[in-house]
Amino acid sequence: MGKFLDKILERFKIYRIPGYYEKYDHKWTMVIDLDRCNGCEACVVACNAENNVPVVGKEECGNKRTLNWIRIERYVEGEYPNVKVKFIPIMCQHCGKAPCETACPVYATYHNQDGLNVQVYNRCVGTFTCATYCPYDVRRFNWFTYKRDEPLNQQLNPDVTVREMGVMEKCTFCIQRIRAAKDRAKDENRSIRDGEVQPACVQSCPTGAMTFGDMNDPDSKVFKLAKSQRKYKLLEELNADPSVIYLKRVMKDGSSATHEE
Amino acid sequence: MAHQQHMKSDISYREVNEDVVRTMTKSGVGYYIALFLSIAGVVFLWWLPWAYQIYTGQGVTGLQTPVFWGIYLTNFIFWIGISHSGTLLSAILFITQTPWRRSIYRSAEAMTFFSVLTAAVFVFVHMGRPWNFYWTMPYPNQRQIWLNFQSPLMFDVFAISTYMTASMIFLYFGSIPDLAAVRDRVTGWRKELYGALSLGWRGTDAEWHWLNKAYTFFAVLIIPLAVSVHSIVSWDFALSKVPGLNKTIFAPYFVVGAIYSGSAGIVTLMVILRKTLRIEKYITTNHFDKLGMLLLVMSLLWSYINVLEVFTGWYADTSFENEALKYRMFTPPYSYMFWLMIFTNTLMPLLLIFRKLRASILISLIVSLGINVGMWIERYLIITTSLPRKFLPYMWHDYSPSLTEISMTIGSFSFFVMLFLLFIKLWPSVSIYEVKEDIGIPMKKEGH
Repeated sequence: MGKFLDKILERFKIYRIPGYYEKYDHKWTMVIDLDRCNGCEACVVACNAENNVPVVGKEECGNKRTLNWIRIERYVEGEYPNVKVKFIPIMCQHCGKAPCETACPVYATYHNQDGLNVQVYNRCVGTFTCATYCPYDVRRFNWFTYKRDEPLNQQLNPDVTVREMGVMEKCTFCIQRIRAAKDRAKDENRSIRDGEVQPACVQSCPTGAMTFGDMNDPDSKVFKLAKSQRKYKLLEELNADPSVIYLKRVMKDGSSATHEE
Repeated sequence: MAHQQHMKSDISYREVNEDVVRTMTKSGVGYYIALFLSIAGVVFLWWLPWAYQIYTGQGVTGLQTPVFWGIYLTNFIFWIGISHSGTLLSAILFITQTPWRRSIYRSAEAMTFFSVLTAAVFVFVHMGRPWNFYWTMPYPNQRQIWLNFQSPLMFDVFAISTYMTASMIFLYFGSIPDLAAVRDRVTGWRKELYGALSLGWRGTDAEWHWLNKAYTFFAVLIIPLAVSVHSIVSWDFALSKVPGLNKTIFAPYFVVGAIYSGSAGIVTLMVILRKTLRIEKYITTNHFDKLGMLLLVMSLLWSYINVLEVFTGWYADTSFENEALKYRMFTPPYSYMFWLMIFTNTLMPLLLIFRKLRASILISLIVSLGINVGMWIERYLIITTSLPRKFLPYMWHDYSPSLTEISMTIGSFSFFVMLFLLFIKLWPSVSIYEVKEDIGIPMKKEGH
């Protein structure tokens, strides 16, 4: 009995090690260089195609029920002719201390071993709490059963679930691609190479503003980019520890133009 | 008699029995019309729109991306709030042995149970996939999926189900001697029903002893439970990061608000009950005087916390909080609602300072209705003025409830009325044995 108790206590000890929860296999991170982003929205289209995101139509878009997992936020400042337009692509930030994860009563959203914030569509009961708690407003809800007319249903990606009415969904960092890359690496008995995984948005970005990689790998591109002086995280003061790192846009006069200022 | 009397002492024991049994067995045409209307209200304004919503999807509501919570959760908190006074008040007044509790507590407790029930249904109305509601319960399953005990919603499930069970048992225990009294005075199907419900109560000393023990136990249990329930409901909001919701004052704010609206609910109900059931001799102006004092105290407390809540937001002086406050207090239509709420909940109850006005049935009714309108607005504002102004201005979007949502809100009131109408016919709505205690031992020839 004593031995058994010791065993349990030993088991619990590892949870007390500082940083235990941060030690993931990978820490998938995205770096978005706002200096390069020109707001073409190719990422939005690519994401819709890759992840079976339904197109909801004009009227529903007007009701703010667009299902885009990634959006380009636009802010217009000043009066014509001195107009300044700022824009920033925003998707799920895969927060290390995600507010949404504590909210879900049924564990439909949780942190996985790769440092991703994942959503289990089948488990979701639709309490909306995660979306309410999300400071970045990136969670999208299936308000209706969205139909895809012939032959549009043929274009669905077989690797991705088609979500049913009443569940929450959001950016997954294209987890199906990460899974495939991991499988391949495992078969070839190696670790995932830097740049091997590319979410649809990163792949489609014509200016190369987006970079995706593993923050645990010190040789990765994102690791190097994250050292940039221009780096910042969105709404960092909320302490949600997002995995998306933005690089500030620097204007000709030396001023920076993040949307936060 | 040591205690103060609250009713005319010339009421005989028999009269009490007969009066209460009369409220249960004799019903006029008006009652059936009211019952029919309320049932129709429930079916056509609540169940059918709900069926439509389940079939079509949550898209039939006015909810959209930043505002995922709307009028359903407003109603949920409102009804939980209404539930807060009945049982809590009854338990507190029982422990402090306050005599004026006796003739009002039964209906107050019933009000608690029915409003918790209404609130609980709103949880399901609000869900995207209500048919999976049982996933929020801890049940053993082969997939070994457990619940997220970090989630404030999880606390809600436990708190509300516990509160509902406890208040139901509290109501039932206190009614057993009365059910037995009714059993002995009715015939037909009622006899069988109350025979079963009264659990063979004979009124022996031992039975009274154990009833009193159990009742005291539940009274003591219910007080912390009631406080915890509404604290937990407030954590649904306070544990988020949303400006306007993320406030430490929320737990006491909600508890005080709940007791406040619940007490106002009791006053409204008492006015209606004593008129329609013709039981003016049991619910006297003295009761309204006492309840008026309670309302006044809760009003002052609520106003203080409300000022504090606004102050904390203003003092933090972050752009997010400022925006939320500006939106709530100075942007129409929310500003109209906000200042109406201040009028009904802070200014109008000040009338109750005067004893004469407290004892006036009409003033009590107006003030209590005003408070309930104000408290509903308060809950509505908390949700609909915080969520449309979250952190990223690009996503800001105003919320307005759809017809389906409004219809279900009205339907919920019908539901409550329907349950109550059934209650007053099926259950002794005034406590027979405790009213008798209040009358004291009859000195005249007429015995029990």
